[in-house]
Amino acid sequence: MEKEQFYYDNKIVKMFLWATILWGIVGMLVGLTVALLFIYPGLLEFAGSGDAISWLSFGRLRPLHTNAVIFAFVGNGIFLGVYYSTQRLLKARMFNEVLSRIHFWGWQAIIVAAAITLPLGLTSSKEYAELEWPIDIAVVVIWVVFGINLIGTILKRRQRHIYVAIWFYIATLVTIAVLYIFNNLEMPVSAFKSYSVYSGVQDALVQWWYGHNAVAFFLTTPVLGLMYYFVPKVANRPVYSYRLSIIHFWTLIFLYIWAGPHHLLYTALPEWAQNLGTVFSIMLIFPSWGGMINGLLTLRGAWDKVRENPVLKFFVVAITGYGMATFEGPMLSFKNVNAIGHYTDWIVGHVHIGALAWNGFMVAGIVYWLAEKLWKTELYSKKLANTHFWLGTLGILFYAIPLYVAGFTQAFMWKQFNPDGTLVYGNFLETVTQILPMYMMRAIGGTLYLTGFILLAINVIKTARAGSPVEDELAEAAPLKKISGQRIAGEGWHTWLERRTVLFTILTTIAILIGGLVELVPLMLVKSNVPTIASVKPYTPLELEGRDIYIREGCNNCHSQMIRPFRSEVERYGEYSKAGEFVYDFPFLWGSRRTGPDVHRVGGKYNDNWHFNHMSDPRSTSPGSIMPRYSWLIKNDMNASNLESKMKGLVTLGVPYTAEEITGAKQKLMEQAKLIEGNLRQDPEFVKNYGSSNIQNKEIVALIAYLQRLGTDIKANTKTALKNN
Amino acid sequence: MLKFISHNFDGMNGIEIYPIISLLLFFIVFVTMLIIVIKMPKNRIDELSQLPLDNDTNSKENNHE
Repeated sequence: MEKEQFYYDNKIVKMFLWATILWGIVGMLVGLTVALLFIYPGLLEFAGSGDAISWLSFGRLRPLHTNAVIFAFVGNGIFLGVYYSTQRLLKARMFNEVLSRIHFWGWQAIIVAAAITLPLGLTSSKEYAELEWPIDIAVVVIWVVFGINLIGTILKRRQRHIYVAIWFYIATLVTIAVLYIFNNLEMPVSAFKSYSVYSGVQDALVQWWYGHNAVAFFLTTPVLGLMYYFVPKVANRPVYSYRLSIIHFWTLIFLYIWAGPHHLLYTALPEWAQNLGTVFSIMLIFPSWGGMINGLLTLRGAWDKVRENPVLKFFVVAITGYGMATFEGPMLSFKNVNAIGHYTDWIVGHVHIGALAWNGFMVAGIVYWLAEKLWKTELYSKKLANTHFWLGTLGILFYAIPLYVAGFTQAFMWKQFNPDGTLVYGNFLETVTQILPMYMMRAIGGTLYLTGFILLAINVIKTARAGSPVEDELAEAAPLKKISGQRIAGEGWHTWLERRTVLFTILTTIAILIGGLVELVPLMLVKSNVPTIASVKPYTPLELEGRDIYIREGCNNCHSQMIRPFRSEVERYGEYSKAGEFVYDFPFLWGSRRTGPDVHRVGGKYNDNWHFNHMSDPRSTSPGSIMPRYSWLIKNDMNASNLESKMKGLVTLGVPYTAEEITGAKQKLMEQAKLIEGNLRQDPEFVKNYGSSNIQNKEIVALIAYLQRLGTDIKANTKTALKNN
Repeated sequence: MLKFISHNFDGMNGIEIYPIISLLLFFIVFVTMLIIVIKMPKNRIDELSQLPLDNDTNSKENNHE
């Protein structure tokens, strides 16, 4: 058949390449900054000003770091590889130039919007899904644009069979769409404020169904796709076992979607859902290691090349990191191991093996290799790339190992008892100050890694200057002959399936939906799964405003609200948390890391003045604390202008506020605020410093009201409450 | 919001069977896939795994028609 000539669009690949480098540096820089805040909590207060700066506080910067690294750095890195490999594997230019450009600029605009809104405290609080509803809509639109572009390219391909890398891209496309939409179903109450439509336990399950699969389908499947294309390409030999790659694909996408509940072991989530999560997480080790082995063994007989070629070095460490992280994941899903690891720095170390080694090194390898291809020249300096490799590898070790040590140390300190049955480290702070040296080492690891990455930027810029860009690369291939959609004689089932794009996509969707549906549907719909507790009441207007401040400041980044049913936790924090206590929590705020202590039963534990002083300067009440100062909460007036629309929104979601409660909300809010100011004024020190100011109108009062409410619903009469449970 | 539909499921008996069904489903799909994959002819597999390598301007005609 006659060959057609066409051009690959290299320009779009190049645009994503620069974006990857830029956002990589930004994301890592923010990461390093938050790492330093652990050691120097006052770092960004800039001596002399006296006030802390709200938009530079840890609780707001941490989501900025995670979002920047996941969606900006790795996201652009994925698109870079996808746009390059898809065109070549399908022997076709991208479906539509305009869509490619909309995808690129739309994605960058979303990142910029995130970088502005997150420091401003506009957040939904759900991890890796913090962006507020208008940006969520933009994400969905841009994702659809990407989808049309990808599927469109597949449909106009000149290569009959779709290589395994593309299947991973399709799975990514479909699954992220499903996950993102369902986790971000929100009830907007103002231009930049919404409430999750799910509450408490249900919200937690949906969030971690999403959260875990964001790791699976954003940080893993697309990158595996890239591995299946770029590793054979760079090593110039086919993948170790194509059969294994088919098994890898179907098993991985089917199993991954079930694993989310392992983030909620020993929480108030029903037991059956926790166990499902555990079982599937452990099964996941098989496809994950199948994939790792497939990647590494592709280099069999070519290990001499690994010594020569920095790109392959990056790939080897990346795939090894993938193997480590996916071994650790299933291990951490055993309930007894999770009891130690959860809420500690072990998890932070674990995810950074994934992010720094697997994602970061995979992307770095691809960027180096493509720099030569895109500018048709040799890499500016191989030596520099090797230096990057060693700095990066050392950085990973310096990052992860101290955090493993910190995680174990802290977990065991939390659980240690004296012979008389009291906690050895009754003061949570002792377990924090103990691991500060580990945080210092972690920051050094991060610095090494970032330095390496800056070398990459220099290297690529120099390479680009020396080479000549090829924006449209000429290629030729024969168009596809029309053949029957039916299986043809001698054609295997899977071979047939591989050319039926739409059917393939539908089957992929079914595979990922089964797990999600089985876990979510019963919990959403069967009332008995969340036992109600009669004494649990909706928040008062002031507490609601306080809760929104808690969300805005990102308190949940460091404080959990979920006491596990362990002797050590009940002793430290109080009665363990029950599912029924969270029915009015839109969204849930269980948290995932205890940099500070759990606050689920903090209500009534300290007086209002303690909270006031603690927020004003945590080190005044708790010497050595690493919590930021929240001085602006004392200065800023509370803005309750959206109170009614917030309450109305919550009524729609099922919170039983009456019409009178809503109309009288502002009145009630003022009454409760006055009460708290009255309490505060009992302290002569407070009267001396703040006596003349109208504290009842300040944000701090709302936050105190919320904190004092936490966990008190069943405190008053635990026994009767439990009877109803 | 889900309360509008959820009451239909409140009294649903035997909803616990769902996980078992899907586990079975997974098992069946997995075994079927395994058989299909193992039975794929060797030359076909080789051809497919060459896809990333067979490209660029001077690539040979891809003759899967």
